[in-house]
Amino acid sequence: MTTMSNTDFVKRRTAFSTLLTVLSAMASRPSGLVGLILVAFHIVLAIVSPVIAPYDFRELSAQIILNEPSSEHWFGTDNLGRDVFTRTMLGGRQALLVTTISTILAISWGGLLGVLLGLVGGWLDELLMRLVDAFLCLPWILVLLLIVVMVGSGPAVLIPTLGFFYGIPVIRMARAATHDVVALDFVTAARARGEARSTIVRRELLPNVLDVLLVEGAMRWSWMLLAFSSLSFLGFGVAPPTPDWGLMISNARSFMSFAPWAALAPVVALSSLIIGINLSADALAKVLGIDRAQKAPV
Amino acid sequence: MVRLIARRLALGVLTILLVSGIIFVGVEVLPGDSCTAYLGRMAQGKRLDNCRRDFGLERPALTRYGEWALGAVRGDFGVSLKRKTPISETVGTRFRNTIILGVTASIIGVPLAILLGIIAALWRDRPVDLWVSTTAIFAMTIPEFVSSTVLILIFSIWLGWLPGIVTTPHDAPLLEFLSDIILPIVALALVMTAHILRMVRTSVIDVMASDYIQMAQLKGVPYWQMVFKHVLPNAMLPTINLVALTIAWLLGGTVVIEVVFNYPGLGRLMLQAIFFRDLAMVQAIALILATLYVGLNLFADLLTLVANPRLRTMRT
Repeated sequence: MTTMSNTDFVKRRTAFSTLLTVLSAMASRPSGLVGLILVAFHIVLAIVSPVIAPYDFRELSAQIILNEPSSEHWFGTDNLGRDVFTRTMLGGRQALLVTTISTILAISWGGLLGVLLGLVGGWLDELLMRLVDAFLCLPWILVLLLIVVMVGSGPAVLIPTLGFFYGIPVIRMARAATHDVVALDFVTAARARGEARSTIVRRELLPNVLDVLLVEGAMRWSWMLLAFSSLSFLGFGVAPPTPDWGLMISNARSFMSFAPWAALAPVVALSSLIIGINLSADALAKVLGIDRAQKAPV
Repeated sequence: MVRLIARRLALGVLTILLVSGIIFVGVEVLPGDSCTAYLGRMAQGKRLDNCRRDFGLERPALTRYGEWALGAVRGDFGVSLKRKTPISETVGTRFRNTIILGVTASIIGVPLAILLGIIAALWRDRPVDLWVSTTAIFAMTIPEFVSSTVLILIFSIWLGWLPGIVTTPHDAPLLEFLSDIILPIVALALVMTAHILRMVRTSVIDVMASDYIQMAQLKGVPYWQMVFKHVLPNAMLPTINLVALTIAWLLGGTVVIEVVFNYPGLGRLMLQAIFFRDLAMVQAIALILATLYVGLNLFADLLTLVANPRLRTMRT
């Protein structure tokens, strides 16, 4: 028993130190550093914002409708007299929560299925890949909108839906990455030793495609944020009065000509998060030696 | 060569068949059908039965799928429950409008992207590359509704140069769209350029690092002759497919741009159809967009075949 827990401990330590090495390598590039800082900033803000927000995000006031930025209301107020600074601080929480969980879901099921298909091959592989191709032809926003309208909105619907649909392109990535590994000597050796398929997947294949999956995950995360905020912008994502950047921008557009601050604050917040994720993903890809640029966005 | 083309064509048809199946099954599986959506809260008892009978919804799913798919091949998508008019009539002009948007944005975006991508690759890691690449990341990642909103804020509210929203009716002749359409085109071209530019840059860098280019350098081939005769033709081939995929993907996503600019295209029609739960219309638009995607992809495959001497002479 004791030896068991000792090796576990060692394993965990090495995983942690690998993470630190990768992160510091990412931070050694200027763009990677900026990206990591932006992402960390947004995650911390999402966690602490309910505590440090200066006003109540629901607080309406007829006296301060569309006020300019001032010392009391740093980013001004919107058409209902709500504090834009408070709402901008809180506006990323839903988006971050939903997209983070969905990304993990998508990478897990897509990655696992892709690796399995890459290993097994044959008619099942052929059939499922045709289905994957067919799914990728569908305009993603139509699928999402249709599901939201017919089933309902909210995280309980959005998390599994985004997780499912964004896992489909991951299947393809993981399968291709597995094909690169599966012909190598150590997999042949494992097969010759008579290892079970599950063991080969777990001990030989997954560790080797993990790099690709991580980079893919970082990229999917930013696409998913884009999808989520587009949905809220169109009015299908987050239910008011919960603050959300997409919804705030869509709302602020109607009085943008005389109160641009109400639109600009969430624009800057959302853009900085998405750019941060992309810069981090780019840096991660370079650190892990994976070229992620030459790929269609599907 | 002929067999290869036939294979691609067959694969394309198979994909469209599969997509139509997915669309049909998807709409079946979701709770509610056209009649419950159309009747809303009154959907119960006799009214619902009557409606279902009128639209033939009580027949087996397979029969309805067959009818729908056969109709779609002939360009007949059935009748919209909401509008009470044939779908093909409504879709026609909107489809034209979306295509205008997509084609114009591609005419501007694709050559610009190729030019900038080559420049960025040839002067890799120099200031010009850093500027181009960084701008591309910004343009690529910022959601379309954000960039469109900023464009409206700058060009129609602050500067007052261009109209912020389209007010021309959807079936107006082409020329009347011209002034309205500039900002939506810029918004779409911006994303398109950014995506394609990055692919071109990577592709050129890959080719520049290949053995035969190093050989050419060692042999003393003049730089620009090498670039134009050896690097560019080889670098452009793999991007044809990616360019087509990107354009097709962006066309599926124009709904956001169309909503922001109030542009009467397929995307906004789709949003309205979904909002009114006009399922027949949704199915039709999904199928049209998917077919467009497959078609563009197929076109790119064939173009690659024709342009690539290695594939042209290959026998399979």
